[in-house]
Amino acid sequence: MTETFSVRKYLRDLKLPFCPGCGLFTVMNSFLKAVHESDHKNLSKFVFCSGIGCSAWIPSPYFIADSIHTPHGRSIPVATGIKLLRPDLNVVVFGGDGDIVGIGLSHFIHAARRNLDVLVIMVNNMVYGMTGGQVAPTTPFGTKTTTTPYGSFEQPLDATRLAVTAGACYSTRWTTAHPNELKDSIKKAIKMQGFRFIEVVSQCPTAFGRKAVFKDAGEMLKWFKQNSIPIQQAKQMSGEELVNKIVIGVFIRRKRPSLIKAIYGTIEEMQKNCRTRLK
Amino acid sequence: MKMSKTGTYFWQGNEACAEGAIIAGCRFFAGYPITPASEIAEHMARRLPQVGGITIQMEDEIASICAIIGASWTGNKAMTATSGPGFSLMQESIGYAFMTETPCVIVDVQRAGPSTGQATKCGQGDVMQSRWGTHGDYSAIVLSPNSVQEMFTLTVRAFNLAEKYRTPVILLADEIIAHMREQITVPPLKSIEIINRKKPEDGEKAFFGLEEVPPMPAVGEGFNVAVTGSTHNEYGIRFTADPTVHRRLVERLNNKIQNHVDEIADFESYNIDNCRIGIVSYGCTSRAVYEAVENAEKRGIKIGYIRLKTVWPFPEGTVKKLAETAEKIVVPEMNLKQIFYEVERAANGLAKIIPLNKIGGGELITPEELLAKVEEAEKND
Repeated sequence: MTETFSVRKYLRDLKLPFCPGCGLFTVMNSFLKAVHESDHKNLSKFVFCSGIGCSAWIPSPYFIADSIHTPHGRSIPVATGIKLLRPDLNVVVFGGDGDIVGIGLSHFIHAARRNLDVLVIMVNNMVYGMTGGQVAPTTPFGTKTTTTPYGSFEQPLDATRLAVTAGACYSTRWTTAHPNELKDSIKKAIKMQGFRFIEVVSQCPTAFGRKAVFKDAGEMLKWFKQNSIPIQQAKQMSGEELVNKIVIGVFIRRKRPSLIKAIYGTIEEMQKNCRTRLK
Repeated sequence: MKMSKTGTYFWQGNEACAEGAIIAGCRFFAGYPITPASEIAEHMARRLPQVGGITIQMEDEIASICAIIGASWTGNKAMTATSGPGFSLMQESIGYAFMTETPCVIVDVQRAGPSTGQATKCGQGDVMQSRWGTHGDYSAIVLSPNSVQEMFTLTVRAFNLAEKYRTPVILLADEIIAHMREQITVPPLKSIEIINRKKPEDGEKAFFGLEEVPPMPAVGEGFNVAVTGSTHNEYGIRFTADPTVHRRLVERLNNKIQNHVDEIADFESYNIDNCRIGIVSYGCTSRAVYEAVENAEKRGIKIGYIRLKTVWPFPEGTVKKLAETAEKIVVPEMNLKQIFYEVERAANGLAKIIPLNKIGGGELITPEELLAKVEEAEKND
């Protein structure tokens, strides 16, 4: 840990594709810092899976690592195939809100239910950014987007709470205004087993901010800071008080038998029984 | 306890497919229940753990094919099995497997569609879906078994082709072949050819080009492989606007199959250079051909046939040869004309192509119906 941290050590020599002011720089930085502080000199013990959307480009192909850039919404099933056959590798999924809880929602719920041993980092910019700013399952009620020009008439999904209900071992939410808390959560999550979920509410000044009338990325970060409520405090507040607030913190941290343990345990048991019978 | 022993068995088609997969080296199966393919998943669930593999039932067919794609990138052989509706759901990711050069085997046990159709009844309506189902320019390898024995041997071949050409391979079975039981022989294991993908040497970096079929690393081996379904250069780096990179990639992916049609396109033929009437068939429908041909010959009809064991790539040259000899070619299918047009295209006017189609209720085209069509063709000029 004496070596000073530099993102360059983990990145291919390519120009990053993100817009100026994008929250993905923060997420990338926090992740790599967490890796660095966890004493990983490189990413050789990791495999990254990501779907389609700006967030998917955090690892692919910029990380000097194995990365699989999957069809839209399918990063978690691809990660399932990898993890089941290479339980020794840290499988990390990066994705946006559209990728993970829009088109890929059922995989997200089932992976949490199975307690698949992967870490899912979902960057929630509350919009479909790459395609130009269409309404997402996470867009706050009333927000103007390119496909809700009169304001969104749907209620947004709380992915972090859903992960808890579905069975995740670890579920936490931060914003890009909380890079240190985010980094610490990633550090914890990397070491854990089972399904781990980290949501990062992030600014998309280009596609979300423009229509939702934020002047720039700084304005959005200020809004995140002012509207973030720690989960302990949120427990004392009414639903009405929490409208358009971002509840942050660790929603759950628990132990459940992980899929890898269960599946390999079952196979071992079966083989033992077969051997006994053969005697 | 481990591999099926050499010997003679009385197996169901789906069971033979699963055992063939295991002998070919398949160690991962992901699937979703669907008639008439579920027995493959059930058999794999029981058998794979016995040979050190894993079977998992996923939440849908999309997740199933994506899981086998992930598994393939760990350096293992992987398979999924489904029927028409699930096969449709898999199409996007079949294209992804093609684009990322991920070897895997997809079994489609055809039933009568469209839509839910007649879920327990046989059909051959997925022939064109198996060729053109995914979007964009691509080439498919699709094998068509016509017996329980071939459910075994063609499953092994499907894995071999997938590994050799680094591409998804489809085993296009049907309800009748998959559900019937027949005698099958598992040959001595040493006599079964097993092909494994080419691995890269240390320090190699071009996993998506330079060679016709590039070497394939696995994750966790230190190669830092970047896999993407977006257009990419030979090092896996995305190039989403460059016309040359796209052309070079997509043309190579297609050429690596199209340049080897003679090696890939397998078929059985009889008397094709000395017949007046020809038959082109595949899958369950082809089972009526043998008896029909025998009886036609008894009636003095000069008859020959081609039985496609590979529907795609289509053995155009051989069908053309048949059309040069035969005056008429009968094409029996349990769909409303799919391979018919392909035969007509290959024949290019050299022979008259006569369709014989039957759908519904899983009723096979009988040898009598086929013979009647042959006799009718023989009589009318």
